[in-house]
Amino acid sequence: MLELQNICFHADDKDILKNINLKIDDKFVAITGPNGSGKSTLLKIIMGIITPTSGRIIFDGEDITDLPINERANRGMSFAFQTPVRFKGIRVRDILSIAEGKPVKMGTFLRAVGLCPKDYLDREINDTLSGGELKRIEIATAAARGGKLSLFDEPEAGIDLWSFQNLIQVFENLRDVTNGNIMIISHQERILEIADKIIYLKDGEVDRYDDSAKIMEELNMTHHRNRKGCLIAGAEGVHCNG
Amino acid sequence: MDDLEKRILKEVAELDSLPVGAFNIRNNGASEARNSTANIDIESREDGQGINIYVKDGTKNESCHIPVIISKSGHKETVYNEFFIGEDCDVTIVAGCGISNCGGHDSQHDGVHSFHVGKNSRVKYIEKHYGEGTGTGKRFMNPTTEVELLEGSTMDMDTSQIAGINDTHRVTKATIGPGATLLLHDKILTNLDQTASAEMIISLDGEDSKCDIVSRGVAKDDSMQDVIIDISGNNKCSGHAECDSIIMDHGVIVATPKLKATNVDASLIHEAAIGKIAGEQITKLMTLGLTEQQAEQKIIEGFLR
Repeated sequence: MLELQNICFHADDKDILKNINLKIDDKFVAITGPNGSGKSTLLKIIMGIITPTSGRIIFDGEDITDLPINERANRGMSFAFQTPVRFKGIRVRDILSIAEGKPVKMGTFLRAVGLCPKDYLDREINDTLSGGELKRIEIATAAARGGKLSLFDEPEAGIDLWSFQNLIQVFENLRDVTNGNIMIISHQERILEIADKIIYLKDGEVDRYDDSAKIMEELNMTHHRNRKGCLIAGAEGVHCNG
Repeated sequence: MDDLEKRILKEVAELDSLPVGAFNIRNNGASEARNSTANIDIESREDGQGINIYVKDGTKNESCHIPVIISKSGHKETVYNEFFIGEDCDVTIVAGCGISNCGGHDSQHDGVHSFHVGKNSRVKYIEKHYGEGTGTGKRFMNPTTEVELLEGSTMDMDTSQIAGINDTHRVTKATIGPGATLLLHDKILTNLDQTASAEMIISLDGEDSKCDIVSRGVAKDDSMQDVIIDISGNNKCSGHAECDSIIMDHGVIVATPKLKATNVDASLIHEAAIGKIAGEQITKLMTLGLTEQQAEQKIIEGFLR
C-alpha cells in the first residue's frame, strides 16, 4: 500500500532522514524513536507537506512523490498535526464538514474523542479552545476524513492523563472500524502495543521495523496485547445530551 | 422592480419577496414599497431626503427592513434615516445598499443613520453593502451611523462591505449610557484598486457602560484599507476592540488604535493584528482535499463570517 524508496531529507547542513526504505501494508503501524530522529519529518513527507531531498513515494502502486498535498488527500490520505492549527471564524462544524465531505456523522466523531457535540460544533477553532480541546478536534477531523491511510503525529501530546485512556480507546476503535490503514507517531506503550508493527527510527534511519511485540521486547517495554472486541467509535466516549 | 434589482435586493437584504413586518424599499431615489405596522411607524422626512422610523415602547420580536437599491448609472444621493426606538423594545433592523452600475457615470449612496435607543431596549442591526456592474462608472458608498444608547440598552451591530465598492468612508459614532452595551462586528473585503476607510468612535460615558468592537478586513490585489478605532472611557466602564486584518497580493492595511481614559475605573483594551494567511492554515485545509485556492477562499469566508 505504501512504499518509501531511498527517502532522504537534508536541511540546515544536517541529514534529517537517511535513505529510508520501507514497505508498509499493515493496518496499524506506529512510528517511535528518540526526539530528533526524524519521525515527524517522515510523516510529513508521506503527506506531501515536506518535499524529500531525494527518493520516491509509492502509494497503492502509484508514484505520488510529485503530487501536492490535496491530491494525496483525494487519493485517501489524511493527517492529524501534532500542533493543531487555529482558524479565526472557522467553526468545528465547518472543518468536520470539509473533512467528511458531507455533514452526517460529525457528532459521532466528536463524542469519540470525548467532546459533547452541542458544546463544540458551533465553536470557532481559535484561542478560546484549550490545547487539549484543539487536539481532540484535530483527531476527530482526521477520523472524519477517514480514507485509505490516516497519519497521526503524536496524538497523545497535549492530552491530559485523565483523558488518555479515552484516547487509547479512540485508536483501538479506529483500528477496528476503519477500512483504511493508520500510521501513528507515538511514545506511549499503550499505543505501541495496539500496533501491528512498529518502525523505530534513530538518527534519521530505520533502526528496527518489525512486529509490535518483538520490538517492544527488544526495547524493554511491556506488551500486553490482549485487547480485542473493542467498541465501535462513538458508542463509548463522552456522555452528553448533544 | 426588474430582475437585476430583485437580485441586488436579495444580495443586501436576503429578501426574495416583500418582508414581514415594517419595511421601506428605496429604489433609485424613490420609495418602491413601504409598510408600517401597529408598533413600527415609517414616515418620510419633511425634506424628502429619507425616513423617520418610530418604534413604540415595549415592541418585541419585530423587524424593520430598509434596503436601498441603485441601478441607474450616475445616480447620487444622500439619505438621512433616523430611528427612534422606545423603551423595553427588542427589534431587528436590516439595512443595506446595493449598487449595480453598468454605465459610464459614477453612482453614489451616502446613508446617514441615527439611532436613539430607549432605556432597556435591545436592537440588532444588520447592514450589508454590495456593488457590481461592468460599466466604467464607479460605485461609492459612505455610510455614517450615529448611535445614542440610553440606560440599560444594547445595540448589536453587524456591518459588512463584501464586494464591488470602489471607495468608501465608513463612520460609526456611538455614545453609550449607563449600563448600556454596544457590540459592533464590522467586516470589509476590498480587491482590485478599491479603497476603504473606517472610523469607529465610541464614547463610554455612562457608569458600567460597555463596548466590544471586532473589525475584520481583507485587502486583496492593490486595494487599501485604513481603520481607526477610537474608544474613550469617561466613567467606570469597559471597552474592548479587536482589529484583525489579512493582506494578500499588494494589499495595504493601516490599523490605528486609539484609547483614551478620563476615569480611573475605565478599563480599555485594544488588540490589532495584520498578516497574510498563515501557511499552516492552507496546509491543514489541503490535507482535507482542498486546493490552495479553495483553502484561501474558505479561510477568508470564515474570517469575514
